[in-house]
Parts: sequence; structure tokens; C-alpha cells
Amino acid sequence: WTAAAICISQSAKRSLYRYPPVFTLCFANMSFASLSRGKKVALSTLGVLAAGGAGLALALHQSVKASDLELHPPSYPWSHNGLLSSLDHTSIRRGYQVYKQVCSACHSMEYLAFRNLVGVSHTEAEVKALAEEIEVVDGPDEKGEMFTRPGKLSDYFPKPYPNPEAARAANNGALPPDLSYIVNARHGGEDYVFSLLTGYCEPPVGVTIREGLYYNPYFPGQAIGMAPPIYNEILEYEDGTPATMSQVAKDVCTFLRWAAEPEHDQRKRMGLKLLLGSAILLPLVYYMKRHRWTVLKSRKIAYRPPK
Amino acid sequence: MALSQTVYNLLFRRTSTFAITIMVGAVLFERVFDQAGNAVFEQLNRGKLWKHIKHNYESKDE
Repeated sequence: WTAAAICISQSAKRSLYRYPPVFTLCFANMSFASLSRGKKVALSTLGVLAAGGAGLALALHQSVKASDLELHPPSYPWSHNGLLSSLDHTSIRRGYQVYKQVCSACHSMEYLAFRNLVGVSHTEAEVKALAEEIEVVDGPDEKGEMFTRPGKLSDYFPKPYPNPEAARAANNGALPPDLSYIVNARHGGEDYVFSLLTGYCEPPVGVTIREGLYYNPYFPGQAIGMAPPIYNEILEYEDGTPATMSQVAKDVCTFLRWAAEPEHDQRKRMGLKLLLGSAILLPLVYYMKRHRWTVLKSRKIAYRPPK
Repeated sequence: MALSQTVYNLLFRRTSTFAITIMVGAVLFERVFDQAGNAVFEQLNRGKLWKHIKHNYESKDE
């Protein structure tokens, strides 16, 4: 293809012969200031329109949210809110106690096993003791019969009801949702769960609540089948923390956040390492880019006419 | 200038030492970087991680 390239370069030379022999300098110049007046106006208009449109869309979105009937939860300052903040494992431990003594009467957590607690909120010996408290149906044995045995680390949390129908029948037709991933499964996450747990109040004048339901402004539809589940001193914490209503709700929300996102701490640890690594790599990459482009940025293209 | 010259002569001049330097350097860097990252994370979250509270529960059963 060398011959072809020579041909092309010769034809290019020939076409350039027709122009008067003037040096033409061409700098790589793509800045806003070098554009013509018309283009400047067009670009500015486009920018203003785009920003305005985005702002309008955001404003409309907000106003649509404000017209909903249910109350949206405020943002609470969770100790794991920060970009690099881990979960508070003391709180997870208390939250498990709350789940075990209060929530587990109606709510299952079928995707959590006892072994998941090891190294998160309890030692292995403690979890073994916890697991042995429950009875698990296992089998069949050599006679083909099922038998019960004490729980092991690998067993999942016991369910309060054998199936959803039994749960509905026992709860006035309302199904207590499984709590394994509840914080990820609800808008507002732990803010919503906290608000729901602590937000029970008298219905406003004119609102009638059916027998067996309770008024909660944070619940979609405002009528919730769950009775107010927690109150001050509902349980006694093993570490002596005063069990106020908000403390209990906060601990169980932290526990539920961990249950829904067991990789939370590892994720933030990796995020920190990613940031540290980028802090080393990005300046190097930037320097390399500048270095490679020096040739292109500082070159002049000049036409030297043949003599 | 003298230091970089020594480093070049000792480590980077021959392909064999160059390759070994890269491999050993990568392992060392990974170790240091990982431990530094963990140390920063644990300092930021002092008292919240299981590592920091587990002594409260381990002494009981021993």
C-alpha cells in the first residue's frame, strides 16, 4: 500500500499547488471564546433551556410527592449514614434482642440463619447457645419418621407461623411481612421503619378506623393491622441501655439494616480503599495524558510550498 | 540523582532484577496498602465494629 500512499500524497500536493503560496498556521483551538457570535448565543440558549428543564422536572417531581396522602419519614442521623461509616455492632446486638423478644412473635426472618450472627453481634459460643433454645424438625431417621432436635448454627431463624395462610388467620387477615430484607423493600428504608414504629397516634377528626386496625400516618393507607409494637421499657437490654421507645426502634432498625445488607461494612471498607487507590492512580493517569498530548498540543502544521 | 542512579543500576538495569523488583514491589505495596486502608477504616469507626466490642462478650464464656 506504499505505492497507493505515494499516489495519494502526490495528488494532495497537486491539489495544493493551486493555492497561493501563503503560510497557514493552524492551532488546535476549540475554546468557547473562539466561536462565532451566533454559535455562542445558540449554545448559551441551549444550556439555559437544559438547566431550566431539569429544574422544572425536579420541581414538578417534588410537588407530586407533596400531594401524596401518607406522611413521608424525615431523615434521621443514623450512625451508619456516612460514606465511610460502618454499622454500630453494639446496636445490631441489641436489635437482635428486640427482634427475638418482640418482633419474632409475628414476623419471620426466613433468610437469616444463626450462623450469620457469628462475628457480627455474637460470639460463636453465644450463637450456639441461642440456636439450641429452639426445636427444629429434622429427618427422616432410619424408620422414616421425622424427629425434633435442638437447633444448630446452620439452622434458619424459626418462623412464628408455618405458612402465610396461618399468619393471616392469626392476624385478622393481615400478613406480617418477612423482615429479612424489609429495610430495602420499603421506600425510606430504616427512616420509614423507625417512623412507622414510633409514629402511632390518634386518628384525626373525621377519620374512622375499622375495628382491629390502627392509625399510622406513615403507613400507606394510614390503617395498619399491626398494633403499636413497642413502648418504653418493653424489654430489658442485657447491656443495661435504657430501653426507651426510640432506643428500641433505633436498635431494631440498625439490626434490620444489617439483615438486609450484611455486606454493608465490607462495601464501605472497599469504597475507602477504592478512594485511596484512585488518589494514587488519578494524578498519574492525568500526568500521563498531559505527557502523551504534549506532542499534539504544541505542534504547528505548516505548509511549505515547493520552490 | 545519585540515589536514582544507584536504584537503576541495582534493580532496573537487568531484566531479571527488574522483573523481581516489580513482583516483590507489588506484593509489598498490596500488603501495606491493604493494612493502611483497614487501619483508616477502623480508626474512622472506632467502637462500632465487632472487632472493638467482642472482648465484652468473649471473657464471659472463658
